[in-house]
Amino acid sequence: MITLEQVTKVFNQGRHNEVAAVRGVDLTIGDGRVTVLRGPSGSGKTTLLTVIGCLARPTTGRIRIDGEMVSGLPERFLNEVRRRTFGFVFQRFNLIRGLSARDNVMLPAYPTGRPHRALIDQAEGLLDRFGLADRASLSVEHLSGGEAQRVAIARALINDPAVIVADEPTASLDGERVAQFLAIAEDLKRAGKTVLITSHDPRITAAPLVDALVTMADGRIVEASP
Amino acid sequence: MRAAFERRRHLVDFAVGSLARHPTKNLGLVVTYALVVFLVGSVMLYGSAIRREAAAMLSSGPEITAQAMVMGRHDMSTSADVAALKGLRGVRRIEPRLWGYLWDSAGAANYTLMVPPPSDAAHAVGKGEAIVGEGVARARKLKPGAMLFLVSPSGKFLKTRVKSILSSDSALVSSDLVLVEEADFRAFFELPADVWTDVAITVTNPREVTTVAEKAALKLPRHRFVTRADMSRTAEALFSWREGLTLALLAGALVAFAILAFDKASGLSAEERREIGILKAIGWETGDVIALKLVEGGLVSGVAFLVGVIGAWAHVRFFAAGLFAPVLEGWSTLYPRFPLAPSIDALEIATLAALTVAPFTAAILVPVWRTATADPDAVMR
Ligand SMILES: Nc1ncnc2c1ncn2[C@@H]1O[C@H](COP(=O)(O)OP(=O)(O)OP(=O)(O)O)[C@@H](O)[C@H]1O
Ligand SMILES: [Mg+2]
Repeated sequence: MITLEQVTKVFNQGRHNEVAAVRGVDLTIGDGRVTVLRGPSGSGKTTLLTVIGCLARPTTGRIRIDGEMVSGLPERFLNEVRRRTFGFVFQRFNLIRGLSARDNVMLPAYPTGRPHRALIDQAEGLLDRFGLADRASLSVEHLSGGEAQRVAIARALINDPAVIVADEPTASLDGERVAQFLAIAEDLKRAGKTVLITSHDPRITAAPLVDALVTMADGRIVEASP
Repeated sequence: MRAAFERRRHLVDFAVGSLARHPTKNLGLVVTYALVVFLVGSVMLYGSAIRREAAAMLSSGPEITAQAMVMGRHDMSTSADVAALKGLRGVRRIEPRLWGYLWDSAGAANYTLMVPPPSDAAHAVGKGEAIVGEGVARARKLKPGAMLFLVSPSGKFLKTRVKSILSSDSALVSSDLVLVEEADFRAFFELPADVWTDVAITVTNPREVTTVAEKAALKLPRHRFVTRADMSRTAEALFSWREGLTLALLAGALVAFAILAFDKASGLSAEERREIGILKAIGWETGDVIALKLVEGGLVSGVAFLVGVIGAWAHVRFFAAGLFAPVLEGWSTLYPRFPLAPSIDALEIATLAALTVAPFTAAILVPVWRTATADPDAVMR
């Protein structure tokens, strides 16, 4: 379970271009559930996701993961929590250009020191599961948007994290690909993963698998259900 | 254990791939780095090779050399001078020597003509014979048995048959030598029978060199007495000074290199910053990222260093440091050319590595550290 208390995030604090992207958020994200953050562009969804996922520190407020306070942790402990807990699917996927799909998927596991052969098998297993078996050796810049997203999801799963975080996963996908994404999310939920998604896409927000819908506006939560 | 090994292996694999993904930048770095190592390395290797040659030359020379002086200039010693030195306590051997320089217009080189001392049985030459150094043999295309003609400044001819060619560890000593018989030498240079170029003194106890030189000076006030220590000090000082001067000039190049390395190595491109952010976001630790960049830097500097050192060695060995030799040797260029044997001195290589690796590593670490410790979110954007 992840709980947020009075979390704020201010960019460029104290300077003329100061932006308060998140302003006093209280939120609880239940384990094994699919939670969707929605709201208009600029409302602070990505920022909140980033702070929850320990990719950035909140300016003020407290974040607990399974009771452990992570908001004040020093850098190296935060790294550890991040790797153990979260798998990220970024809006622009953030794959490493020039590397094959397989190598991109394996990358998060390098610091764990698992044997190379085992990693290859695992990465290929994930790619196969997402229908990308024949794309494994292809350099990622040659993949289509949908394919790149599924590589990004595979990469998020290689270390078997408890929470999968996806930022605007359907922004650039057509109907069929959206259905494919929802099927993957369903799978993850069934496997007991916590799924956290930002989206203003009604195909996502209205999907039956969504357990909690959180609406943001102007850096605050204006509605949370249930 | 196993995991740590695998982890390192992944890092190295990824580092190699990562270098290959930014070929232009890394190739540029290798080339610049290698060039700096080459320049500095050439000077250091050349300097030490020359100094070793000089030391070898001196160690094979006499402990004390007595030279007659007239108005501050070197003059010939007489048989009477040699006789005056006989019977001096602490002296093991007194050997009057005959040697002189000859500018050979045919070979366009300066030769040292010398009469081998009677104690040097291995190099004894008979009338009409000569033993020549490698440089002379090369310049005049001589083989044992060939004829060597020399012309003195006053037009005298000397016709000799080459008995053998000197092979010496110390090319500087022997390269330009022509050993001839005493009567031939005197006739060629038109010298009377009782004069000598200088007198070599060998002492019984090496620790008494100074005392012996002082006592000898009392017997022959018209002479100057030069000890081997004096000569090696002078040679060392001269070469070290020149090497120091050249290195100081190169320090400018080193500073420029440091700046370039700083800028190039780790003026991290947007792409590299993004990659670091991604690696951190997907679970790499700061230490992993820094280790990665160190491996990359190590590969770049290792390859470049090797290329530079090998280049410098070849420069000294095969081209006699053509780029720096004039500065290092001074105006009295060494003729004929001789091959230098640069030795790989561990301390010098270590110095060279420290001089180049340190600025390079700092240049890599500082910006990587800054990027790797920032929030991945801020870096990725
Ligand atoms: N690193 C940053 N520096 C400065 N301002 C930032 C930074 N990141 C986000 N912001 C600002 O914070 C606000 C919230 O941005 P955020 O990306 O969280 O919104 P969002 O809800 O995800 O929008 P969208 O739906 O367009 O993705 C915006 O005004 C944005 O300009
Ligand atoms: Mg966003």
